[in-house]
Amino acid sequence: MSLKTSSIIRKVSMALSGLFLVVFLTQHFTINLTSVFSENIFNKISHFMGNNFLVQFILQPILIFGVVFHFIMGFILEYINRKSRDTSYVTFKGSSNSNWMSRNMIYSGIVILSFLGLHFYDFWIPEINYKYVEVLPLDQDRYYQELVHKFESPIRTTIYSVSFVFLALHLYHGFSSSFQSVGFNNKYSSALRLFANGFSIIIPLGFIFIAIFHHLKA
Amino acid sequence: MNLILKVWRQSSRDEKGKIETYPISDISPDMSFLEMMDVLNENLISKGIDPVSFDHDCREGICGMCSMFINGEAHGPDRLVTTCQLHMRKFKDGDTIVIEPFRARAFPVIKDLIVDRSSFDRIQQAGGFVSVNTSGNTQDANAIPIDKHDADKAFDAATCIGCGACVASCKNASAMLFVSAKVSQYSLLPQGKVEATDRVLNMVNQMDEEGFGNCTNTGACEIECPKGISLENIARLNREYLAASIKD
Ligand code: HEM
Ligand code: SF4
Ligand code: FES
Repeated sequence: MSLKTSSIIRKVSMALSGLFLVVFLTQHFTINLTSVFSENIFNKISHFMGNNFLVQFILQPILIFGVVFHFIMGFILEYINRKSRDTSYVTFKGSSNSNWMSRNMIYSGIVILSFLGLHFYDFWIPEINYKYVEVLPLDQDRYYQELVHKFESPIRTTIYSVSFVFLALHLYHGFSSSFQSVGFNNKYSSALRLFANGFSIIIPLGFIFIAIFHHLKA
Repeated sequence: MNLILKVWRQSSRDEKGKIETYPISDISPDMSFLEMMDVLNENLISKGIDPVSFDHDCREGICGMCSMFINGEAHGPDRLVTTCQLHMRKFKDGDTIVIEPFRARAFPVIKDLIVDRSSFDRIQQAGGFVSVNTSGNTQDANAIPIDKHDADKAFDAATCIGCGACVASCKNASAMLFVSAKVSQYSLLPQGKVEATDRVLNMVNQMDEEGFGNCTNTGACEIECPKGISLENIARLNREYLAASIKD
C-alpha cells in the first residue's frame, strides 16, 4: 500500500469526512427534533450524550477531528485549485455548465465554519465550562431550558436560520458528489442523488423549523 | 453578419497579453468559426497587423487542436462540438464575441490563442498505452472475447480527442475527465488490465505534477466535452486509483 497523497486521495478524504459529518448531522437533528415534542426526552438524551464516556471521550474527539480535517482540507484544495489557473479568464460563464452550489463550496463552507464558531460559543463552551471547569452539580433537567433561552433572541434565530440555508447549499452539491468521489457511479446513482438532494433540503429546513419553533414559543 | 471581436493578443509566452477589439463585417452565418477567424486574419494582414495565431488542423472535429474559449465557454456556446464545428449561425448580428486561449497553469500560452498542451502528452506517456510484444505472432485482438457492454464503454472513452476543453472549462483547471477517459479506455479491456495498476498510479501522478487542479465534481467538463465523455469515467478512475494504491 502506498501512502502517498495525491489529488484523488485528497478528494476522497474530503468525501469521507463530509459523509461522516452528514451522519453526525442526522444524529444531531434527530436529538434536536425531540425538543419539539418532549422536554423530558430531550433532557434525557442530552444528559446521556453529555455524560456518557464513549460519547464524550471517544466520539466527540473523532467528530472534532473530522470537522477540523474537513475544513482544513477544503482550504488546501481551494488553494491548489486557484493556483492551477494562474491567469483568469476575461469572461467565464460557469453557470452555463455547472450549478452555483458546486462552484461555491468554499463560500458555503466558510459560512458553516463561522456558524460553528457561534455554535461552540453558544453551547459547547458553556457546556465544557459547566462540566469540567466550574464542575457544577449534575442537573438532568437543565438542557431544554438552556436551549429555549438561546432562541429567545431574534438575531440568533435569524443567524441560525441563514446558516442552515448555506448548509443546505453545501450539502445539495456535496452529499451526492461524495459518492462520485469515492467511485460510486452506476445505475443506482440517480436514485441516490434524489435521496441525497432531498436530505440536503429537508434536514436543514428541519433545523430552521426547530429554531423558529423555540423562538416563537419563548 | 457584423460582429465585434474581442481577441486575446499575446506575442509570446513571457509577454503580457491583452484583449484587442476588432470589428468584422459581412460574415456568413454558414461559415465555421475558424473560417470567420480566417477572414479576420486576412483583414489584419491587409492592414499590416500581425494575424491572430490559433491552433487548428483537421477542421472536422477529430484532432482536438482548435482550442478557443469563446464567450466564456470552451469551443463556444454549442454542445458536443469543437471550435471548427461551431457555426456562425449560433451568433446574432451585432454580437460581441470574446475569444481567449484555454487557461490553465499546465497549458501556458505560446502565442495569442495557442497554448502548449504537451502536459497531456506527458500524462499519456506515463501510462496511456498497452505494451505490445511485437514478436511477429501477436494475438489478433478480435480473437479475445470482450463483453459488449465493456467494449462499448471502452470505445466511448477512446473517443476523447485530447482537446483540453475539460481543463479549460473546469473552475479548478482539473484534467480528471481527460485522464479518466484515457485510463478507462484501457482498463475496461483485457489487454489493458495487465498494466492497470501502474497505469493509473503513474498517470495520476503525472497529472498532479503538471499542476492541474483537483476535481470538485462540478460536471462542467462533461457538458463542455465535444465528445460527451461521461463523468462515470471519473468515478471509475477514482475506484481504480484507490484499488491500485492499496495493491501497490
Ligand atoms: C466547517 C466548515 C466547512 C468547510 C470550510 C467546508 C468546505 C468544503 C469544501 C471546500 C468542499 C469542496 C471540496 C472540493 O472541492 O472537492 C466541501 C465538500 C463537502 N462538504 Fe464541506 N465544508 C464544511 C463543513 C461541512 C459540513 C458541516 C458538512 C456536512 C454536514 C460538509 C459536507 C461536505 C460534503 C459531503 C462534501 C462533498 C465532498 C465531495 O465532493 O466528495 N461540509 N466542503
Ligand atoms: S475528455 Fe473531452 S474535453 Fe477532455 S480532452 Fe477528452 S475530448 Fe477533450
Ligand atoms: S481543428 Fe481538428 S478538431 Fe477542430
